[in-house]
Amino acid sequence: MEFKTFVFYFLSAIMVFASLRVVTARNPVHAALFLVLAFFTASGVWLLLQAEFLAISLVLVYVGAVMVLFLFVVMMLDINIDRLREGFWSYLPLGSIIALLMVLEMGVILGGSYFDILEIGVPQTAAGESNVQSIGRLLFTDYVYPFELASVILLVGIVAAVALTLREKRKTKLVSPATQVFVKAKDRVRVLQMPAEKRD
Amino acid sequence: MTLAEMQFVLPDLRPASAEIFLLAMTCVVMLADLFVKDKKRTLTFVLTQLTLIGTLLVTYATSTGEISYTFSNMYVSDLMADVLKVLLYVTVIVVLWYSRGYVLDRPQMAKGEFYSLTLFATLGMMVMISANHFLTIYIGIELLSLSLYAMVALNRDSVSATEAAMKYFVLGALASGLLLYGMSMIYGATGTLEITAVAERLHMGQANKSILVFGLVFLVSGLAFKLGVVPFHMWIPDVYHGAPTAVTLLIASAPKLAAFAIVIRMLVNGLIVLAQDWQMMLIILSVLSMAVGNFAAIAQTNLKRMLAYSAISHMGFMLLGLVTGVVGADARFALNAYSSAMFYVVTYVLTSAGTFGMILLLARAGFESEEIDDFKGLNKRSPWFAAVMMMMMFSMAGIPFFVGFFAKFSVLQAVVAAGYLWLAIVAVLFSLVGAFYYLRVVKIMYFDAPTDVTPIKAPIDIKLLMSANGLAVALLGVFPQILMSVCAYSIIRSL
Repeated sequence: MEFKTFVFYFLSAIMVFASLRVVTARNPVHAALFLVLAFFTASGVWLLLQAEFLAISLVLVYVGAVMVLFLFVVMMLDINIDRLREGFWSYLPLGSIIALLMVLEMGVILGGSYFDILEIGVPQTAAGESNVQSIGRLLFTDYVYPFELASVILLVGIVAAVALTLREKRKTKLVSPATQVFVKAKDRVRVLQMPAEKRD
Repeated sequence: MTLAEMQFVLPDLRPASAEIFLLAMTCVVMLADLFVKDKKRTLTFVLTQLTLIGTLLVTYATSTGEISYTFSNMYVSDLMADVLKVLLYVTVIVVLWYSRGYVLDRPQMAKGEFYSLTLFATLGMMVMISANHFLTIYIGIELLSLSLYAMVALNRDSVSATEAAMKYFVLGALASGLLLYGMSMIYGATGTLEITAVAERLHMGQANKSILVFGLVFLVSGLAFKLGVVPFHMWIPDVYHGAPTAVTLLIASAPKLAAFAIVIRMLVNGLIVLAQDWQMMLIILSVLSMAVGNFAAIAQTNLKRMLAYSAISHMGFMLLGLVTGVVGADARFALNAYSSAMFYVVTYVLTSAGTFGMILLLARAGFESEEIDDFKGLNKRSPWFAAVMMMMMFSMAGIPFFVGFFAKFSVLQAVVAAGYLWLAIVAVLFSLVGAFYYLRVVKIMYFDAPTDVTPIKAPIDIKLLMSANGLAVALLGVFPQILMSVCAYSIIRSL
């Protein structure tokens, strides 16, 4: 067996195992960590296909940002596992239909030659150029306009998120030492002379 | 190719200078707003208005009237784009002006984001208007929609506004999905997303017709969602009703111009070879919209909801102009048809801005003035405002001699010229149904006793603006050829 094939099967086996554990793990934190493992191995498979841009962005975006956020949410929320597992049998028929459909679709694509689906080979990049380089050049030349606009959309997303969630300024308990040192005892303590009240 | 051989050719930025100016100024407005202590945000308001005026000047200065492409043909600048953009800036300026008092009465809305999001939405509409690439159209739509979703929800403590924003967001995302799916099919069939290149490949007849038509169905459905025509209209009444009136005013006016532009860009500039197919789809959408819009509007008691259904029927009517461009591979009627549709959209935006402006004018802190009954006896409280509102309603109903009449007339004339007599008759019948609910508002204003007799107080600038808006509706009704020739000329120079 060629070394490349061995690496592929090795990564795939880990990926299948990790994906299975994502849905079977009892602890949601473990499930999220297994998903991270699945992403890592998937990016390894992509590297084998010479799609290094996809591989890097998968790790950066999904593992670095999305999954960390996911983990935070999972850890912050008090998820009741038993309630999540309720109704497994009632969802099973629908779930299995969807699973069956997906298996069928995959079969059609993998067995494309039997179903007369156009087989498109792996696109080749120019020799001596990584696809990170070619994607980068396209993004900043031909597609610079939508690329910049996409960044504006992200900016709108930030502005909108802040506008919709930021409540009034919290009254911070921050003290300014410069003014604090000038405080005198009589500013803090007030002695009141109150007339004694008569009891009825 | 090695790194040293790579060359970066700076795209020609001149045609897109208005967009660049607006984006830069939007960032300035956002940053300046951080330092504004004033609760009224006067500085932000003034800066926003100046930005829009500045963008108008930049557009005017850089307009050549010629068709020019830049950013690797992703951006097109032509006379139609320039005219629509100028109308867009004017509309947004008027919208912000009308909204000023309403926003100040509601502390949740009086934030700098109201202005910066409006500017971002304006940028999105400009991108849509000047798009020559399916990708640019999609990004423009997303920029516009994302800003609008947030603006609808800006009044966070209102349950109905949050609900409206949620519905708008979910349905908008669905529509974007449909649109993208359609675009991907067209890409699959033609191998390009650039609109002029798509048109060329279709002319050469290389593309797979069945995939194209399949993609076209999704494309038209997505567009119909954005235009709000039946059966993709469900979001319109809820969003118009639930959103704060200032935001409703924005949604109901300026985006219609941009939506018209992308329909022209995608269907006419790009897919004109498939005209027989999309015209049939648009006829169905149009007839359904006029039917559902006009009949459902009768049952409404809320003015904003009524105007929402009226918007549906108006968009249906506008589509009539687009369906008559090509008759049996003969494009003689195209100019007439598309310019009448453009005229219709512009007059609709003009009247719609005035009508929602009137609701804003009558609203006070804690009182929305959005029920039709709130207009009872308006004539006794302010005869002039009642007269302006009457002009708006007459124009929307298409009563001569207001501008709305000429808009309907020119579309109908295009429809008859193309030989669809039955379609013209159907359109007239539904317009007659529509006249009922517009005239009911007039009747309530003039013949019913007011429930609230306090005279209407409005700042002088709003009074002047409202009067100008009303007079524009009346005067353009007397001299419609001014606007009509602008529309016709810009369409001639751009097709």
